[in-house]
Amino acid sequence: MDFNLPQELEILRKMVRDFVNDRLQPISEKVEEEDEIPPEIIREMAELGFFGLPFPEEYGGGGMGELGMAVLLEELGATSAAFSNVLAPHVELAGMSILFGGTEEQKKKYLPPMCAGEKIACFALTEPNAGSDAANLATRAERRGDRYIINGSKIWITNGNIADIIIVYALTDPALRARGGITAFIVERDFPGFKVGKVDRKMGLRGSHTAELIFENMEVPAENVLGEVGMGFITAMKALDMGRIGLAAGAVGATQKLLEMSIQWANTRVQFGRPIAENQAIQWMLVDMAIGAHAGRLMTYHAAWKADQGLRVSREAAMVKTFCSELANRAADLAVQIHGGIGYMKEYPLERAYRDARILKIYEGTNEIQRLVIARDLLKAGK
Amino acid sequence: MRIVVCAKQVPDTEARVTVGKDGRSIDETGITFIINPYDEFALEEGLRIKERLGGQATVTMVCVGPPRAEEALRTGLAMGADAAVHVWDDSLAGADAAALALVLQAAVTQLGFDLILCGRVAIDDASAQVGLRLAERLGLPHANAVTKLEVQGSKLVAHREVEGGVEVVELPLPAVVTAQKGLNEPRYPTIPAIMKARRREIGRPGLAGLGLDAGKVADACRSEVLSLAPAPARKGGRLVAGEPQEAARTLAHLLREEAKVL
Ligand SMILES: Cc1cc2nc3c(=O)[nH]c(=O)nc-3n(C[C@H](O)[C@H](O)[C@H](O)COP(=O)(O)OP(=O)(O)OC[C@H]3O[C@@H](n4cnc5c(N)ncnc54)[C@H](O)[C@@H]3O)c2cc1C
Repeated sequence: MDFNLPQELEILRKMVRDFVNDRLQPISEKVEEEDEIPPEIIREMAELGFFGLPFPEEYGGGGMGELGMAVLLEELGATSAAFSNVLAPHVELAGMSILFGGTEEQKKKYLPPMCAGEKIACFALTEPNAGSDAANLATRAERRGDRYIINGSKIWITNGNIADIIIVYALTDPALRARGGITAFIVERDFPGFKVGKVDRKMGLRGSHTAELIFENMEVPAENVLGEVGMGFITAMKALDMGRIGLAAGAVGATQKLLEMSIQWANTRVQFGRPIAENQAIQWMLVDMAIGAHAGRLMTYHAAWKADQGLRVSREAAMVKTFCSELANRAADLAVQIHGGIGYMKEYPLERAYRDARILKIYEGTNEIQRLVIARDLLKAGK
Repeated sequence: MRIVVCAKQVPDTEARVTVGKDGRSIDETGITFIINPYDEFALEEGLRIKERLGGQATVTMVCVGPPRAEEALRTGLAMGADAAVHVWDDSLAGADAAALALVLQAAVTQLGFDLILCGRVAIDDASAQVGLRLAERLGLPHANAVTKLEVQGSKLVAHREVEGGVEVVELPLPAVVTAQKGLNEPRYPTIPAIMKARRREIGRPGLAGLGLDAGKVADACRSEVLSLAPAPARKGGRLVAGEPQEAARTLAHLLREEAKVL
């Protein structure tokens, strides 16, 4: 058994780490304040190949698989969550929907510009009455000759306001729903009847945006049915498995960064005449973060590796998503605690990390839904 | 134009270095290694010269180092080097700058070159000798600690950092140049390039392939490391709290009266 990452992923890790330190960290405050990522930074990320990292080289991707994506997102976890929040849904949700569900022509047409970052994509599943119960969606797609007419709306869609390519999940057969009644469509932003609604104000993730998407008699050519009619729900679940692994990797990276900041602070902050790190109470907080980061990293790499073997990872993906999102939230809480008052102040990035960690337990399926997925799998398998 | 870049793999600048059991080398467990930052400037400069010459050049990276150093060479290939040569032999462990210059002389001579670029200094042993010793061995002109470099036909114009200023020198090719911080900003290897570099051949001549052996390396050595000791631990810092003006005054006072650095 070999726990070493392949050499190319070590090279990747260093490159991303340098990029984070040199290019992203210096502007993370600005991104927070202005609620926007400078476009040239997105361009640089694209030029480095971030937007196509896991996809096969034949579609313009980097060919580094889900394990490579985990390394990238882990390293991005050390800085503002905005950057990974633009990247992850594009790659893990929209891109993976096309890779897992699309026809050969669709992969050849849509993945190369997405991998190059020339086109930004989003994944549109959630609706006002379909959150955890995603199969309860109401967006309706009806065939009219060689096209589909789609009516309905989506909410809280990450990148929705900037996306060129929108993977829309809609109902083609209300009687069947999740069992063959949901179909995914590849929508381009200039398709007639597509409209971006309001952009949301959020607790955190400033610099990354979610938006409402409105479809009014939106016309989609029949060839833009992603793969086959009725396969949408299965495709969405497969893509979400990747999204959950990526989310876990980011959470591990965030935890590691919080741990490092906390060690630094604990060693330098003096109270009662000695660094606070000399108190066992503080040490144990650091230790808990370190144990969590270690466990989270290993289980995430394992899940990513298993996905790269082409094996089903729904259970592992749900496990790492749950474990690592809770880890990052606990780490953010402990880091603020170790820093005391300064941890609560805007001049330090900890309060931002604290707010940004919170979403991890909600999106890509809430942790309750992850536990439900794991429980069903456990009870079915009997182990 | 044949450009050869000599590069060493060193512990990450952020690595926590501890002395190994032998008391003469560092403990490498858990340490990540990188291309020596000054050597990375040298590599970047080589790539830029090649680009300025419209591609009419080759950049070959040479690294003397243990098997782990392959990663540095693959990184160099991913950044754009045309070829990479990895030299290692167990007898090279502990070799000093003089012995390394001998090995590099053999390697670059075998490759053929018009310009040799090195880093000014390796950040681990900080000897700052290898590039200059190599130039001496080859009988070539050299410019040290260069912050700007231009190729003009068959000569080089180099800006050197000197105490309080800049010295501009001209030297004929072939020559050896060592890179100083400020020469350039090294590029990041892109993801597709990292994957392509994975499949590239790396030259591995071995000592014998360079016409050398352990005895010649030992003969060339001029020094031996007797012991290594960690730097004394730094004491915890101090936070000067309060209103900015008040805090600045307190800080200035502390720096003058307690630290005595002002
Ligand atoms: C910042 C942000 C970005 C997002 N980006 C996207 C995106 O890009 N694309 C997209 O499609 N969606 C996106 N979403 C939507 C997100 O996936 C949903 O918010 C999430 O799935 C939860 O749905 P809900 O908010 O409707 O909560 P609800 O489903 O209403 O859940 C409310 C609470 O009830 C619990 N609950 C529900 N059902 C059960 C059950 N059976 N057992 C136990 N507990 C249950 C939940 O766990 C939760 O605690 C985003 C959301 C946010 C906030």
